[in-house]
Amino acid sequence: MLPWLLVLVAGLLGLVVVALLGRQRAITTPLLYGASLLVAAGLLSVAAAGFARGTEASLVLPLGLPWLGAHFRLDGLSFFFLVIVDLGGALASLYGLGYGRHEKAPERVLPFFPAFLAAMNLVVLADDAFTFLFSWEFMSLASWALVIAHHREPDNAKAGFVYIVMASFGTLVLLLAFGLLAGRDGTYDFATIRTATKPPLVAGLVFLLALVGPGSKAGLVPLQVWLPLAHPAAPSHVSALLSGVMTKVAVYGFVRIVFDLLGPPDWWWAVLVLALGGTTSVLGVLYALMEHDIKRLLAYHTVENIGIIFIGLGLALAFQANAMATAAALALTAALFHVLNHSLFKSLLFFGAGSVLVATGERDMEHLGGLIHRMPVTAGAFLVGCAAISALPPLNGFVSEWLTFQAILLSPILPQWGLKFVVPAVGAALALSAALAAACFVKAYGVSFLGRPRSSAAANAHEADPFSLAAMLTLAALCALAGIFPATVIDQIAGVTEGLLHARLPLQAGNDFLSIAPIAASRSSYSGLLLVIFIAGAMALTAFVIHRFGSRLMRRSDPWDCGYPDASPLTQYSASSFAQPIRRVYGTLVFRAREIVEMPPPGDGRPARLTVELHDLVWDSLYVPIAHAVSAIAGRLNHFQFLTIRRYLGLVFSVLVALLLGLAIWG
Amino acid sequence: MGLIASSFIEGAQILLVLALAPLLTGFVRKIKARLMRRRGPPLLQPYRDLVRLMRKDTVVAHNASWLFRAAPYLIFACTWLASALVPSFAADLPFSPAADLIALTALLGSARFFLALAGMDVGTSFGGIGASREVMIASLAEPAMIMIVFTIALFAGSTQLGTIATLFATSPVGLRVSLGLALVALVIVAIAENGRIPVDNPATHLELTMVHEAMVLEYSGRHLALIEFSTSLQLLLYLSLIAAIFVPWGVAITGATPAAYAFGGLVYVAKIAIGGALLGAFESAIAKMRVFRVPVFLGTALMLGLLGTLLLFLSASL
Amino acid sequence: MEHLSFDVAHLLAGSLLLISFLQLYQDRLTGLIHLFALHAGILALSVAWQALLQDAPHLYITAAIALVFKGIVIPLTLHRIMVKLGIHRGIETVVGTGPTMLAGMGLVALAMVVMLRVTPGADPLAREDLAFALAVVLLGLLMMVTRRNAVSQVIGFMSLENGLILAATGAKGMPLVVEISVAFAILIAFIVIGIFLFRIRERFDTVDLQALDRFRGERS
Repeated sequence: MLPWLLVLVAGLLGLVVVALLGRQRAITTPLLYGASLLVAAGLLSVAAAGFARGTEASLVLPLGLPWLGAHFRLDGLSFFFLVIVDLGGALASLYGLGYGRHEKAPERVLPFFPAFLAAMNLVVLADDAFTFLFSWEFMSLASWALVIAHHREPDNAKAGFVYIVMASFGTLVLLLAFGLLAGRDGTYDFATIRTATKPPLVAGLVFLLALVGPGSKAGLVPLQVWLPLAHPAAPSHVSALLSGVMTKVAVYGFVRIVFDLLGPPDWWWAVLVLALGGTTSVLGVLYALMEHDIKRLLAYHTVENIGIIFIGLGLALAFQANAMATAAALALTAALFHVLNHSLFKSLLFFGAGSVLVATGERDMEHLGGLIHRMPVTAGAFLVGCAAISALPPLNGFVSEWLTFQAILLSPILPQWGLKFVVPAVGAALALSAALAAACFVKAYGVSFLGRPRSSAAANAHEADPFSLAAMLTLAALCALAGIFPATVIDQIAGVTEGLLHARLPLQAGNDFLSIAPIAASRSSYSGLLLVIFIAGAMALTAFVIHRFGSRLMRRSDPWDCGYPDASPLTQYSASSFAQPIRRVYGTLVFRAREIVEMPPPGDGRPARLTVELHDLVWDSLYVPIAHAVSAIAGRLNHFQFLTIRRYLGLVFSVLVALLLGLAIWG
Repeated sequence: MGLIASSFIEGAQILLVLALAPLLTGFVRKIKARLMRRRGPPLLQPYRDLVRLMRKDTVVAHNASWLFRAAPYLIFACTWLASALVPSFAADLPFSPAADLIALTALLGSARFFLALAGMDVGTSFGGIGASREVMIASLAEPAMIMIVFTIALFAGSTQLGTIATLFATSPVGLRVSLGLALVALVIVAIAENGRIPVDNPATHLELTMVHEAMVLEYSGRHLALIEFSTSLQLLLYLSLIAAIFVPWGVAITGATPAAYAFGGLVYVAKIAIGGALLGAFESAIAKMRVFRVPVFLGTALMLGLLGTLLLFLSASL
Repeated sequence: MEHLSFDVAHLLAGSLLLISFLQLYQDRLTGLIHLFALHAGILALSVAWQALLQDAPHLYITAAIALVFKGIVIPLTLHRIMVKLGIHRGIETVVGTGPTMLAGMGLVALAMVVMLRVTPGADPLAREDLAFALAVVLLGLLMMVTRRNAVSQVIGFMSLENGLILAATGAKGMPLVVEISVAFAILIAFIVIGIFLFRIRERFDTVDLQALDRFRGERS
């Protein structure tokens, strides 16, 4: 199993060479995307087959450091994340077959795409610190190259800069974490680290580093600033991979270090993870509500969903710290189910945004509208994605949210007071973020796809090409299936929790009506299938009764306009006006939002101006001071560029004397 | 319980809520009119309105999409399903495995999602104003409802409606602080979600004072009939929920005789009537709030729900 | 029966907390005075119930004092002061009502956790009533800190005092002497505050403390 996977990954790296050598873009683009689709599909099938059979394997290759080699391993956790990485990769390649034709600079995108996929697979398969860090950095660099593919556009250069700084910071933190884990003997392979005993101080420090390092890659507040800049800058299928898959690889890093390598957790770890997760989910969705660029809005929603995943992980840590293994399994299942769900619907939404971008050339919602008439299939698939991410039954988003709520309802038995304080607050934050997410997607879908077109670009849009539509419809179907058959997914995830926590949820496959009952059937259960049957049946019955006994006729006419014919489509609600009530309620506190209206005096024919001022408090309070401090220090150190030769010699001399002194004192 | 008996009971529940909802609306309107020294419309007027609307052609804007035409059916199906799941005359209905309280809240959320989208569909400013205000109110009402659900579920040990209703009907619950806070919060949330005074005026014709009415401004004929029916069903749902949890006496539990079921039905109708009368009196006594006072009002409900949950986390006897 | 007595005591303490919370939400002065009268009424009921539970007849007098003075006399006096001074009917807050209520929620949670944590061995009824009482005290303090209007600060002070009385009666055994002296101290403080309000109103034509800061030469 494992050798086949590594061969396929090597195949992806081979595709990089093909892309570099290819000259004719009309041939190279479909060839490359088609080949990477096949390879990713191959990886997916091998991984899925192995997952179903529950096999484990390890391998050591003579690459990398001479005394270490490159360790690779497959276990339940790697299988699960391999499925996610390769499903996302395969569908992005399928989408790329259609979308790639519109790429203006394919030589900047094509070589790095298979490299990115290969790197993500290697991170998940790695079983020692060096391979892990090498693959992690490879993944960062490949994705950075993709982010700055269109570097001439104004925002993209800044996005690339912030991204590379934050990615390097994350790798540095991970390096420190693995260094601490390796200990005095410097054993870097995970098998040894897993069994070694770590003193509590070291374990706590490694936990904090694991939260900051992978957390910054995943997008936890306050380390999320790179995400809304970088994800929209990349081409759309790459954005889908960045949001839907790479953030999940970061979650994998966190889960691998904290749940697998570190051993039994402390309860205060859970408090920190829960607090960060709750804050991230609420802040992420509030940022998204203030945006009117579709891709940036979707990127902020990724931040929110990462917060939800970390809430589930925090609950799992809390239960594990108190030796309640089955409850921990429930919380971890909820988090992993949400990992799967998010990769599905976020990819779907980014693919839809990409199709809109290709069809209209616009990313700004304020210039779109009425697309449901011009792009019906895209609109239908996007609607499924919006409904799924808003956690509406019977789709998949609701199932992971329901499981998280069930885990919260088990928490009163946790004895620590800090947890009793934080968990209800986090539950309220989760409910608040779910309601705000629904509001945000009503805005996104309503302003972009419904209503009347606000520009000629929107009025002349055309439907997306068949490959893009195929990718979107596949994802929409998967969202529906995961919502109606959650029992299958939960039983598959049970293999992962079995490996990490040595506990699993009861087998869900035999329940009535395909319902899921995570604790006991008498306690709480949910059946997506029953809901679908009832809703469809009720709709059909109602339509039949009305059409039989009532009227069936329909006339078209002008809409209600109070007697003033409303020719301009600009009078309909825009994204900023839709968000205005929510901005007034939450924005004044969280963003110091202010609306400034400049009215011309009566008689003056100029239009009034409405300016909305928003401050990103995380950026202003954390990053701007750091940037200023670095700038100031760099300015001071600049003096060392212009010293005389005598001064340079003096510098070398004083350092030498200091080192000798050190040797003398502490030799 | 035999298959025939259980399907009969479930069928009775489904048809009862359908039959009772317009009557409740007519009753509340009658009470409000009487309190204002008017005679008011007849009690059965809402039925006549529904039949009349079903028979009319529906007039749809030129640029309305398939979503606009399909939404009323979806909204009606979700709301009907949700109200059929709340225990009314019997505590443990045959479909209780599907009757999860969180799923019920989310079903109502689905209905609201599609209603807001339908409001945005035609592309006039009225739909936008209704949809944007509705999602602002929902962004606080839905978390408040979830916190109330948590309080009740922590108390009953389950989120299944059948288990909750049976527990409240059979065992002595006593006067618990957390349940008292949950009741106050649930009343506030019910007022907000049903668009009653002081949050929204269901009888207004001024577009700037509308929230729910602005979203459905473009609907006519059979579509409007379905939406009005859904609104009545939602009001019945919330009153039934308050009755089932906080006033549970008289409900028939599993294994009861047909006479007990009939008695349960009568008690249920009486509870709904009292609830409707109280609602009518409350609406007549106070004025509608300014739109931006509503978030603070709902924020109170959210805080009370959170406080109820927190109390149950801290001590099982609270 | 014992369970019911538990529950009624908790319910009354919880209603006191609820009304303190609703006081934070009020934005009209008349409504605030009515809520304070209700606050005092519920306090009287709670003290009377404790008197019944603990079989301590002197607590009935405490309940009567609370009802008559705090529930009737003081609200009427405040109402008259309001009318006489012609004070602006609205209440300005330092931060909006939303953040104030969020802070109130945090304070209640803090009070509950602290009280339940530091008294692990005590009688459960007394512990939980003490927790509610501390929460009422903290909410009264919050009201004093976040209001600009002097009358609403007085009401915050009074509801703080109500919380202290709830704590004292809940803890089983507070002599009547202490209650009378406490009540008189409060009454004197109230008279002093009232005199000051009249003087301030006479000199500066307003009781907005923000305006007073300006007159003192400090930045507003």
